[in-house]
Amino acid sequence: MILGLQVKMILGDLVKIVGGTVLTVSFDENEVVLGGCGADLMSDVLASIEPGAVLLTGLCNPQVIRTAQMADVAAVVLVRGKKPPQSTIDLANLEKIPLITSPLGMFELCGRLYVAGLPSLEKSVADHPECGCE
Amino acid sequence: MAVNNSQRNRIISDQEAENISRLEELAYEIKVSEVMTSKLISFSPDTKMKEVLEVFRQKRISGAPIVSSQGDLIGLISMEDLIRCLTDSDLNAKIDKYMTTKLITILPTDPVIEASKKFVSTNFGRLPIIDKDQRLVGMITKGDINRGLLRALETDYQEEEIRKYRASHLFEDIESDRSSLILRYQIQQDDFEDGGRASSNIKRALIRLGASKQIARRCGIAIYEAEMNLIIHTTEGGVLRVEIEPHQITIDAYDYGPGIKDIDLAMKPGYSTASDAIREMGFGAGMGLINISRCVDQMKLESIWGKGSRLKMRLFLDSEYNKDRLENQTS
Repeated sequence: MILGLQVKMILGDLVKIVGGTVLTVSFDENEVVLGGCGADLMSDVLASIEPGAVLLTGLCNPQVIRTAQMADVAAVVLVRGKKPPQSTIDLANLEKIPLITSPLGMFELCGRLYVAGLPSLEKSVADHPECGCE
Repeated sequence: MAVNNSQRNRIISDQEAENISRLEELAYEIKVSEVMTSKLISFSPDTKMKEVLEVFRQKRISGAPIVSSQGDLIGLISMEDLIRCLTDSDLNAKIDKYMTTKLITILPTDPVIEASKKFVSTNFGRLPIIDKDQRLVGMITKGDINRGLLRALETDYQEEEIRKYRASHLFEDIESDRSSLILRYQIQQDDFEDGGRASSNIKRALIRLGASKQIARRCGIAIYEAEMNLIIHTTEGGVLRVEIEPHQITIDAYDYGPGIKDIDLAMKPGYSTASDAIREMGFGAGMGLINISRCVDQMKLESIWGKGSRLKMRLFLDSEYNKDRLENQTS
């Protein structure tokens, strides 16, 4: 176990690490996850997440899937064993976004994935250069 | 290499999964008459078995119908029947001694899936196709079905490729002084459940039109934030209007109220007037407009309190290459 060692993690491994259950039909266990991001505020996700990341969140309404779709998120993991409404699962199936639920909390999940070599794909919001459009 | 191999397997299995469902659809869509063989080799009832052997060998077939002089189907002869005859050393016998008369038939208008079901339930290798007047019009084998489905899948695939190609070359194909494509969406206030549907459609359209992943993502995020603003903050909903041109994408999000009291304050990171209910749903963090300004090349927000707001955004497509290069140099 080496902290910060970056390895290629696939969805199948990720599900095992988070002790999760896959809720969607569309699920490809060999899909590569490039990194992770944990947030409950969708605007934070949209502002900071980079493409190809797994999103850990406590929010389970359909907007999570929309956000994931807009931000090119590889998969969504719901924390603390949350059971999303059917509308969220339906949208995830429709947009082919893998949706996983895990009994573990956000802190534990982030820790486990980080230790397993998954890097952070959260950009600091302050990093962005001004776009000069004011 | 191992990784490569497993990835290749994954891609194939994905396509297979997709094709299976499409195949099932096609099996219901395609009619027996579209895949059957209608140029038939048939025998009369007084044909001798040795002639059957000769025809099977020369024409490389393994079964054929037996038809009366009036054109009625009276039986089927297959390789299996011929083998029984050979075992009996009875090649001089007439065909009606060995033919099968227990016939399972199918209509030319039936979907292919019906034929498949009959193949499974009867274990027969071929089925005669009889029209409404009980006349033999063709024969169908499992091979005919497979070939028919494959042909249909191929056509499907080609049509999809052509559609994609046409969409991505839309602007090259049309000559004008200025071409643009306008997409318009009505957004309902408080329609949280459907929130993001317009953005989702716009992102898909951009990718279809050949936009890069980066552009589609930047546009998608900006429009999604604007769409959620219309849902969360307006009293009468609003409109999303997207104008796509070869060199730029212009997005207009406008509404009829209530308007923004203090635009400078609204633009401040973390400032939001959203209710606790909205915050619980993951929005209203006061980051929306900041996010938008980071995703687009130009942004202008105008509002009159009591009347409404108008958010104009623009992305330049030509500059994308330069911007990417700049980012790569600095990082």
